[in-house]
Amino acid sequence: MLNILAQPPTDAIPTPDVAWSGLMPLLILSGGAVLLLTIVSLAKDFIPRWFTPIYTVLIGIATGVAAIPLWLRVTDTPSAADPNNGPFATLDSSFGVDGFSVFFTMLFAAVVVLVALLANDYLRREDIDGPEFYVLMMLSASGGIVMASANDLIVMFLGLEILSIAVYVMAAMHSRRIESQEAGMKYFVLGALSSAVFLYGIALTYGATGSTNLVEIREFLSNVILLNDALLLAGFALLLVGFGFKVAAVPFHSWTPDVYQGAPTPVVGFMASAVKAAAFAGMLRVFWLTFGSYRTDWQPVIYGLAIATLLVGSFVAIVQTDVKRMLAYSSISHAGYLLVGVQAATNEGTATVLFYLAAYAFMVIGSFTVITLATGPGDAKTSLTDIAGLARTRPVLGIALTVFLLGQAGVPFTSGFFAKFYVISAAADANSYGLAIVAMLAAVVAAFLYLRIMMAIWLDGDEVADPTELAAAKAGIPVPWGAAVVLVVTVGFTLVFGLWPEPMIEMARDAVPALAIG
Amino acid sequence: MSGFIFAAEAAEASALSFPLIPALIALPLIGALVVGLIPTARDGIHQQLAVLFSGAAGAISVWALVEFDKTDAGFQFVSQQDWVADLGIQWLAGIDGITLFLVVLTGLLFPLTMVAVNPGHDHKPYFIWLLILQSGCFGVFVALDLFMFFVFFEIVLVPMYFLIGKWGHGNAKYAANKFFLFTMAGSALMLVSIVTLVSLQARESGNAATFSVVDIAENLAIGQGTARWLFLGFALAFAVKVPIFPLHTWLPDAHTEAPTAGSVILAGVMLKLGTYGFLRFGLYLFPEASNYFAPVFLTLGVIGIVYGAVVATMQKDLKRLVAYSSVAHLGFIVLGTFSLNSQGIQGGLAQMINHGISTGALFLLVGWLYERRHTRQIAELGGIQKAAPVFAGVFTLVMLSSIGLPGLNGFVGEFLVLLGAFTAHRWWAVVATVGVILAALYLLWAYQRVFHGPTEGDNADTPDLSVWEGVVIAPLLVGIVFLGLYPKPMLERMEPAIDRLVEHVEAGVGGDFTEPVPTVGESGTFSELVETTHAEHEEHGSHSDEHGDEDHSDEEDHGDEEGGE
Repeated sequence: MLNILAQPPTDAIPTPDVAWSGLMPLLILSGGAVLLLTIVSLAKDFIPRWFTPIYTVLIGIATGVAAIPLWLRVTDTPSAADPNNGPFATLDSSFGVDGFSVFFTMLFAAVVVLVALLANDYLRREDIDGPEFYVLMMLSASGGIVMASANDLIVMFLGLEILSIAVYVMAAMHSRRIESQEAGMKYFVLGALSSAVFLYGIALTYGATGSTNLVEIREFLSNVILLNDALLLAGFALLLVGFGFKVAAVPFHSWTPDVYQGAPTPVVGFMASAVKAAAFAGMLRVFWLTFGSYRTDWQPVIYGLAIATLLVGSFVAIVQTDVKRMLAYSSISHAGYLLVGVQAATNEGTATVLFYLAAYAFMVIGSFTVITLATGPGDAKTSLTDIAGLARTRPVLGIALTVFLLGQAGVPFTSGFFAKFYVISAAADANSYGLAIVAMLAAVVAAFLYLRIMMAIWLDGDEVADPTELAAAKAGIPVPWGAAVVLVVTVGFTLVFGLWPEPMIEMARDAVPALAIG
Repeated sequence: MSGFIFAAEAAEASALSFPLIPALIALPLIGALVVGLIPTARDGIHQQLAVLFSGAAGAISVWALVEFDKTDAGFQFVSQQDWVADLGIQWLAGIDGITLFLVVLTGLLFPLTMVAVNPGHDHKPYFIWLLILQSGCFGVFVALDLFMFFVFFEIVLVPMYFLIGKWGHGNAKYAANKFFLFTMAGSALMLVSIVTLVSLQARESGNAATFSVVDIAENLAIGQGTARWLFLGFALAFAVKVPIFPLHTWLPDAHTEAPTAGSVILAGVMLKLGTYGFLRFGLYLFPEASNYFAPVFLTLGVIGIVYGAVVATMQKDLKRLVAYSSVAHLGFIVLGTFSLNSQGIQGGLAQMINHGISTGALFLLVGWLYERRHTRQIAELGGIQKAAPVFAGVFTLVMLSSIGLPGLNGFVGEFLVLLGAFTAHRWWAVVATVGVILAALYLLWAYQRVFHGPTEGDNADTPDLSVWEGVVIAPLLVGIVFLGLYPKPMLERMEPAIDRLVEHVEAGVGGDFTEPVPTVGESGTFSELVETTHAEHEEHGSHSDEHGDEDHSDEEDHGDEEGGE
C-alpha cells in the first residue's frame, strides 16, 4: 500500500496483476451468489422451487472442484517443469493462495453443500422458503474464503464483514419467531462492536508497524526491534478480541448460547462450522503466521483464553436443559480445544487446528441436522424432554446423533477423538503440559453433557412404548432426502476419518500457511 | 520374535498365515454387524448368532492357548500394520504369557454370559453391545501400541455404559453415568501421559516418534523425574479402572445396578484391564517409577483388601456384597503386582484369572437367584438350600473358591501374592492375610443367611438349578477345580514372560535393586526360607534370576503344606 503512495503521480492508476486462477473458487462462489440473486429477481415466477437449493449445491461443488487444481499446485514444490508450483499471492500481495487457504476453501464449499441440503427442507417446513438464505450463505462462505486467504489486514476485515453481515441476517431469518429476531439483533449489535474493535486493532497495528500487509508486517517485526511496543501489543489485544468474539472464546462468548438457541437450526450449523473455521483461519494467519516472532507476547494470552474457554464451556454446559443451548456451550468448549492448538504456535499445531476444524464442522452440521429434524416445526421443542426417546422412535436419527455426540466427546474411532488426540499431542510437543491436562479434564466434564443428551434419547422416554404412540411419533419425523444425504456424509466422515485419519492428517499438514509475495 | 517363528514352524502351513489376532478382534465385530442386520422382531436369532460369533472368537483364543509356545518369553502371534505412519502410530498386537490367559478368559466368559442370561427386552442392541465389548476387551489385552491400547481402553466404556444404563436395575442411569465419567476422568490424564511420553521419547532419543510400547520400554530415554510424573498419569487411569481404594466408589454402584451379564463381564474381564495395565504400562514402561511408588500402591492395595472385606460384611444386598468382595480381591492383585518379584506378579496374574472365573460365576448365580426371587436383599432370602439344593451346592463351591480354599483356584493366586508380598514387604502381607480371614467371614455369613435357616414364604418355591443353567456354569466350575488342583499349565505359561518383566524391572530400576526373592534351595521350612531371604537382602547380595524358576516348583509344595494345616 505504501509503495503505491510513494510512486510518482502518473496518468493511469496502477492496477495490480491479477492471478485469476487463484481467485477462481472465490469467484465461483461469490459470483454464483450474485447471479442467483439476479436470476430470481428477474424471473421470480418462472423459477421452480427446487432450483435454488440444487443451484447452491452445484455452486458449492463447483467451488470445491475448482479448488482441487489449485490445491495440487500450491502444495507441490516448484520444479523445472512447473516453476509456478508452491504458494503464491496476487492482487498486490493482498490475497494469498497457499495450502492453508485452499484447505479452508474446500471446507467452506463442503459446508455450503451440506447446509444447503439441510436448509431445503427446513425452509419449506417453516414456510420461510426463498432464495435469500442460499444467497446469504454463499456470500458468507465467500467472506470466509477471503479471511482464510487474506494477506492484508484490510482484506481480512473485508472478509470478516462479508462473512458476518450475511450471518446476522441469516440468524434473524425466521421472521415469525421472536427468538430468531432477538438472536439476529443480539448477534448484530455485539458483532458490530467486535468488528469495530477489530478495526481499531488494525489501526493500532498499522501505527506500530507502518503497514497493513501481513508480509510487510512480518518483515518489519522480525527486522526491527521496537523500543516501545505498547502500541503493537494493544493492536494484538484488540485483534484478538475481534477473533475471540467470532470463535466464541471466553470471555467473548456471551452471545453464543442465546444466538444458537434463537437462530434457525441450519443457520446454527453454519455458524458453528463455517464462521468458527473462518475466524480460526484469520487468527492463525494473523497471529501465528504474521506475529510469529512476537509469540512470547501473545501465547500466554491465548493460553489463558484457552483455559477459560475450556472450563466455562464445559462446566456451564452441565446445567443447561435446552439441546441447542447445550450444543452452544459445547461449541465454546471446542473453541477452547482449537485455541490449545493455536497456542502451540507450531506448524504441527496449525495442522491440528485444521484437522479439528474439519472434523468438528462435519460433526456439528450432522448434530444440528438431527436436531432440526427432531425438534419439529417451529424450532420450539428443543428441550431435553422433547427429544427424549428419540432413539426408540427414530433409531436412525438416534444412532446418527449418538455418533456425533460420541465424536464430540472424543470417544475413539470417531474423527473427534483423533482431533482431540492430535491437539493434545501438539500441546505436549510445545511443552504446554498444564494446558493439555486442563483440556483433557474439561473433556471429561464436557462428556457429561453429551451423556445427558444420549441418555435422554436412548434411556428416557420409555412412556412412548405404546405401539400406536410409537407409530405416531415415527410418522411425525420424516427424514427428507436432503437431510438423509447430509447424515450419510457426516456420519461417514466422522467414522471413516476416526478409523483411518491418515489422509486427513496429510492434508492438514500440507495446508500449512505461507506468506508469499506476488 | 523367535518364538513366533518357532510356533509357526511347528504348526501347519495354514496356521502360519492365519491372522489370529485380527480374527479375534474382528469376529465379534462382524457378529455385531450381522446381528444388527437381523430384523428386531426375530428375537431368538439374535442370541444364537451372537453366541456363534462370540464363541468362534473364544475358540480362536483357545487355539492360541494350544499354539502358544510356553518356553518363549516374547510376544507371539504378532500382528503389525501401519496405522498413521506420520505420527508413528501402528496396529501392533501380540500375545505373551501375561496376556494369554486374559485373552482366553475374555474369549470364554463372553459366550457363556450370552448363553446364560436373557436380557428380557431389546435383545438386538443388547447382543450388539456385548459383541462390541468383547472385541474391545480383546483389543486392550493384545495391544502393544500405546495409541491402539488407549483407543481400545476408552472404547469399552461405550458398550458398558449402554449395558448398564439400558438393561440395569434401579438407579441404573446414575450408575452408568458415574461409571463412564470416573473411568474417562482417569484415562484423560493417561492420554496426556501417552502423548508426552511419545513426544519426549522422540526428542530425547532422536528417533522418529513411535507409540510402540516395546520400542519405548526397551530404550527409555526420558529422565527419572519425568518418568515418575508420566507413571502417575498412567497409574491414575488404571487405579480408577481396577479400582484401587479410594477411587473405587463407582464400582459398587455399577456392579449392583448392572444387568447380570454386565456384572459378570465387568468383574470378570473389565476390572482386569486396569490390573493388566499396571503390568504392561506401569512396570514395563516405568520400572523405576513403579519401584519408587510401590509402597503407595502396596499400602492402597492392603487398605483395599481390608476395607473391601469389612464393607462387604456390612452389606444387606447380596450383589453389593459380591461387588465389595471384588474390591478386596483386586487389592490382592495390586499387592502382588507391586511386590515386584516373580511370585507376587505371578500370583497377581493368577488372581486376575481366578477372580474372573469365581466372581463371574458368583455374579451369575446371584443374577439367577434374582430372576427367581426378584430380590437381592439378604434379609428377604433364607433357607434356599432346602428348596434348591443343587443351586446351593454350586454356590458353595464358587463361594469357597472366592474365599481362597486350598484345592480351589482362588487359593493359588492369593497364596503366591502373599508369598511374594511377604518376601518383599513383610508387614503388608501380614495385614493382607487378615483379608483372607475376613473373606471367609463375610461370604460364609452371607451364605448362612441366604441358604440356611427356615424356609419361609416365597423362598420355599425357589426353583432349583435347571439343567441348562448347569450346563452353562459347568465350564466355570471345571475351571475352578482344575486350576485349583493343577495350576501348573497356567503358571508355567506365565512364567517366562513374568521373569522377563522382572528382569526388565531390575535393569530399569538400576542401582542395588534386585528382585526380592525367597531362596528356598536349602531351606527346609518356610520360616527358614524367609530368614535366608532377609539375610541375603541385608548383604545386598546379588542373585541371578534362575532362582525364580526353581522357586516355583517348591512354592507349590509349600502351598500344599500350608493348605494342609
